[in-house]
Amino acid sequence: MYPEEYRYTKEHEWVHVEGDTGTIGITDHAQHELGDIVYVDFKYGRETLKAGQRVDQGKTIGSVESVKAVSDIYSPVSGDVVEVNGALAEAPEKLNADPHGEAWLVKIRLTDPGELANLLSAADYQTYIGAEK
Amino acid sequence: MPIKKVRSHISPNEALLFERSSPGKKAYQLPDLDVPAVDPRATLGAENVRAEIEGFPEVSEVEAIRHFTRLSTWNYAIDHGMYPLGSCTMKYNPRVNELVARTEGLAWAHPYQPESLSQGALEVMAQLESALLEITGMDAVTLQPAAGAHGELTGILLIRALLEQEGNPRRKILIPDSAHGTNPATAAIAGYVVENIRSDERGLLDLAALEQSVTEDVAGLMITNPNTLGVFESRIIAAAEVLHRKGALLYMDGANMNALVGIARPGDFGVDVMHLNLHKTFSTPHGGGGPGGGPVAVKKHLEPFLPVPRLKRANDAWAFDYDRPLSIGKVKAFYGNFGVLVRALAYIMAHGGNGLRAATMDAVLNANYIRKKLEPFFDLPYTLPNMHEVVFSDERQARLGVRTGDIAKRLIDYGFHPYTVSFPLIVHGAMMIEPTETEGKLELDLFIDAMISIAKEIETEPETVKTAPHATRTSRVDEVKAARKPVLKWAPARA
Amino acid sequence: MLEACGVESPEDLFAHLPEAVRLKRPLQLPPGISEYEIVDYFRRRGDENANGYATFLGAGVYAHYRPVLVDTVVSRGEFLTSYTPYQAEISQGTLTTIFEFQTMICQLTGMDVANASMYDGSTALAEAALMAARLTGKGGLLVARSVHPEYQEVLQTYAKNQGMPITEFDYDAGTGAADLDDLERKLNDLTAAVIVQSPNFFGVVEDVKRAAAIAHRRGALLVMGFAEAVSLGILEPPAADIVAGELQSFAISPSYGGPYAGIIATREKFARQMPGRLVGETTDTRGNRAFCLTMATREQHIRREKATSNICTNQALIALMATVFMTVYGKQGLRELAEQNLAKAHYLAGKLKLRFSGPFFNEFVVSTAQPEAINAELLNRKIIGGLPLGRFYPELSDAMLLCATEMSRRDDMDNVGQALSLRGTLSPAPRSA
Repeated sequence: MYPEEYRYTKEHEWVHVEGDTGTIGITDHAQHELGDIVYVDFKYGRETLKAGQRVDQGKTIGSVESVKAVSDIYSPVSGDVVEVNGALAEAPEKLNADPHGEAWLVKIRLTDPGELANLLSAADYQTYIGAEK
Repeated sequence: MPIKKVRSHISPNEALLFERSSPGKKAYQLPDLDVPAVDPRATLGAENVRAEIEGFPEVSEVEAIRHFTRLSTWNYAIDHGMYPLGSCTMKYNPRVNELVARTEGLAWAHPYQPESLSQGALEVMAQLESALLEITGMDAVTLQPAAGAHGELTGILLIRALLEQEGNPRRKILIPDSAHGTNPATAAIAGYVVENIRSDERGLLDLAALEQSVTEDVAGLMITNPNTLGVFESRIIAAAEVLHRKGALLYMDGANMNALVGIARPGDFGVDVMHLNLHKTFSTPHGGGGPGGGPVAVKKHLEPFLPVPRLKRANDAWAFDYDRPLSIGKVKAFYGNFGVLVRALAYIMAHGGNGLRAATMDAVLNANYIRKKLEPFFDLPYTLPNMHEVVFSDERQARLGVRTGDIAKRLIDYGFHPYTVSFPLIVHGAMMIEPTETEGKLELDLFIDAMISIAKEIETEPETVKTAPHATRTSRVDEVKAARKPVLKWAPARA
Repeated sequence: MLEACGVESPEDLFAHLPEAVRLKRPLQLPPGISEYEIVDYFRRRGDENANGYATFLGAGVYAHYRPVLVDTVVSRGEFLTSYTPYQAEISQGTLTTIFEFQTMICQLTGMDVANASMYDGSTALAEAALMAARLTGKGGLLVARSVHPEYQEVLQTYAKNQGMPITEFDYDAGTGAADLDDLERKLNDLTAAVIVQSPNFFGVVEDVKRAAAIAHRRGALLVMGFAEAVSLGILEPPAADIVAGELQSFAISPSYGGPYAGIIATREKFARQMPGRLVGETTDTRGNRAFCLTMATREQHIRREKATSNICTNQALIALMATVFMTVYGKQGLRELAEQNLAKAHYLAGKLKLRFSGPFFNEFVVSTAQPEAINAELLNRKIIGGLPLGRFYPELSDAMLLCATEMSRRDDMDNVGQALSLRGTLSPAPRSA
């Protein structure tokens, strides 16, 4: 369920690092808690998030909305945005279907790979959400 | 043969106005002009004159009345039966209020007409101010805010103005985690940062946490009393003292005043500023979402900052006082939702002091009756005595896969509007029930029987509950689709 | 019932309250009175107000005929006593009428999206300004002096607490329209919104198109307010980014200042930053068309401190009055109504010395040395005259704002013309009507 090679945050984001690029998304737990996802908003401060934007770890990069709830997305890593997943604008429901794969949110070129050490492993994340219940 | 004619109560095939519109149909009548007509293009300038209003409906008078009449039959309303909505105080809307609000001299009064010709309206406002002060135990009141949230904003701005005058508006407002969403939204619009205060294990404001959190950087605490669990905050006087010692103020959200009128007065237990909801406690109609009225009552030290104008007595008549140098300004044009004020005053006059107190007693009795009858069937997470409302949790039913939202939908099949679902947030799967004093034993018993029946259905046939409502003209509505692809206005179908 | 609650008397249910908070005496209010006495009380209050006067007051609140159908519809208990339509399955009546309302407002204003109402025009304008700030990320507001003064005051109250500086730009003393050169001088890159009203407080139609062009050049949005909704029946839909208006003219009683209904309408791309409720179209499980509240994640009950507004209760029933009004008049009627207003006002204006040369709809400013004295005289003729402007614009103490609507009668207008002429304010040359 939770890929071993990903790293996780307590705010229910995941990051998958390949080379110097990290792909970011929200976890299956998050999409389940939210329910049917209706809208994804990519924002850094007041600007729309796009390629070239420098983001800091822990800062809000957007939000995910269901009918009755909104959750902010916090970037698990610092770096420069390479790509934002445009497919989610038309089909936000993909986040419910495949949150760890097709419905990734943002790709970032890492500026500080050392940050990964602060994140949770798949096992630790599962323990964390098990305890949250 | 398929039946095409609309039958009320049955088929949801009522066309929209635009779909039954046809050029040339009209429902209006205008007298002939008694002055010469003018050419719009010549008087306004051709570039300022519009083409026709595309898509705007054209229907006949009988089509109009049938359309709205049919639509109205799809609504549930207090006139049909009880609304057990917690913190909404859905009490009976007296019809005499509607009649008096339409009194010609009041309904046609222009806010800028001479004060000498507005003494009736000003007297109404003065009487209401006086009654609200007696009910709340406060020193001064403004009738200007248009609704509860508007009153909240006014109240927080008053706090800011006082603190600013003392040299430091401060940065934070404390808000309990059980608060209504308007509270933090209001604080943010007023330019404050919100800090949450947890409730303790009994559901009350955690006094120790409050003592820790109140610093010189805190402007105030927004509290609802009784709180959103329907429980009276028994240590409110102590809480007020904690705040006052640090120069902070106590704001009370008056949404739950229906539990206190004639019994206890916020001015007597340390509140500095509060709002009232005329469309809750004072019976003015909800009308599908508004209008409301949100008067704000304050203690003396906040009076100089009240919105302008204030009512004053001069030369044996009422007048408006605009000479208020410390006022926060206006929160709305003119003087307030006067038509709503009329209705609230009529309600107060009909009840009188004793009647208002009796209404409170009935409201609290009704809620306690429901609590006792439903306790064997639904979890009650907080067990302190409740006042005018009671909050159950869906914990027991959730274990069988049925949630508060499902139970609420099934309640519709029994002929009731749902209770307040999933609020307050401190209760897991909250079911917030407030019957008000309007309901007699007959209606209450029907409600109780319905809830008990649903509790039993959950054990024997949960699917019935999970897929409710079944007996409505419209079955469960797809809110996800509405949010994913919002269609917010009618457009002609593409050929 | 008391038995079920385990108590002997209702008082016992309050026993848990601390002594210190209990009110130990009855409320000092007069005893309850009967229905007849209540009706009589308010009838007498009504009699103490102006009754049967002709009126030439506008200034944000307009005397228009209220078609009988309006009260017939809103008095139905299903509309009057129903709650906010959160439970869509049993609120389709309310939701459908709101959807129709939103549609008609879009048709009138030329915008893509309209909300289900704000408290009134003044707060709608303030909320529109905050919306513009959210959209642009900037904080400055440029407001025309020709916007309704009380709307400006409300804007101040809201903007101050968001740290949003307000700069005024003047009106042209000749035309009465906003001075767009002054706007251009004062606009800068920190401006979130340029705010104008059209027709403006003086009744003059603004050049919204040009104002919008100026605003856009510096990355600001154009917010247009309106107070006289009937003008939409004849005026070109505004070239604005956000429209914030007052619908009191649409069969809403003047009622000494409220309740009224405001609206915000905007372009599709700005919709998510709009405050207030929105009704959307969808289907139910059987595939029938149905309506529900949507995009609620903008609102206070979900977003809490990050909400687009704190608004909860709006003006739903008042908006319904406007919906019925718009239905009764319809496409042709609203146009004809507007043309009648234009004719009446221009007839009256033709007798008088106009202060401003700009094009006007149903309100205009006349020069007169003694506005208060003229009004006193008119009262003797059972006429309420216009608004002396000195209270809001010191430089216009010798001026009065007059309004004529389809309800203004020719002989009353002749009376007004006469009263003003006795004070030397007749127009210098007869105007062709």
